[in-house]
Amino acid sequence: MSVAEKVKEIIVDQLGVSADEVLPEAKFVDDLGADSLDLTELIMAMEEEFGVEIADEDAQKIVKVQDAISYVEAKKG
Amino acid sequence: MNNPPRLTALVTGGSRGIGAAVAKQLAKDGYSVIFTYVSKPDEANAVAAHIMAEGGEAQAVRLDVSDRAAVPAFFKEHIEGKVELEVLVNNAGITKDGLLVRMKDEDWDRVIGVNLTGAFTCLREAAKIMMKRRSGRIINMVSVVAQMGNAGQANYVAAKAGLVGLTKSASVELAPRGVTVNAVAPGFIETDMTAVLPDAAKAAFLEQIPLKRPGTAEDVAAAVSYLASPGAAYVTGQVLAVNGGLHR
Repeated sequence: MSVAEKVKEIIVDQLGVSADEVLPEAKFVDDLGADSLDLTELIMAMEEEFGVEIADEDAQKIVKVQDAISYVEAKKG
Repeated sequence: MNNPPRLTALVTGGSRGIGAAVAKQLAKDGYSVIFTYVSKPDEANAVAAHIMAEGGEAQAVRLDVSDRAAVPAFFKEHIEGKVELEVLVNNAGITKDGLLVRMKDEDWDRVIGVNLTGAFTCLREAAKIMMKRRSGRIINMVSVVAQMGNAGQANYVAAKAGLVGLTKSASVELAPRGVTVNAVAPGFIETDMTAVLPDAAKAAFLEQIPLKRPGTAEDVAAAVSYLASPGAAYVTGQVLAVNGGLHR
């Protein structure tokens, strides 16, 4: 499974949204209905899945689905 | 109890005193109990044996909650993915009493390290699991002295008052995930911890207790049992005093 697919799966799982809503440009808060606790859980789930540490400053910049995918891809290099 | 696997309750500091009574009570309530101990393996094993003899499930594990690396390792080894953690009772506590002008840095650090930092570290690990489960009860053991202050216990009182604050903040943060966080504040309870107090100090406490008797560990365990029960689902961020009326 590619990073993008895995990230989408985590988002579907954590936010309880359907897979077709998880578009690259979808915003977590505005489009997918996430609150701050959801975002924190999402970050923690990604850290766990990919074995990376996501600093709070970086986490704040992850606003859209594509941000999350790009972040993990860059980290995993 | 033939239903799905038993839910688990984790009790820190369960080899004696209030913690042992809490472990026994929660086992009676149907939880599979894991409790920690530091220095008394024989007493811990006796508590586990007692629970199992009564048909309950119990496991004693050595853990110093003030050890910041050991706590996450403990959760990985015994809790995460292994059991359904529904209840955490942050009970592990120590005292190193002395008047504050004579209080040594290490006595301050040690008491804050076990009673406050230890509770925080366990709470943080448990919260991660309970948030995912969308269910959980966290119960922090504080003390009447957190509300009253007490001469000779600046470190202990500060730690317990800090734990009250932690309880309130955690209750707000975890409420959206169905996790309640409350504190139980025992008054003067007959345990090893209070046995070392001078007789005069004990007499002075007793004099102030309207119910005219010291509390028992079982009195406190009953309050924990309530907060862990389905009936307490709407109670969070509270400090439940079990003190015979000592502080109102």
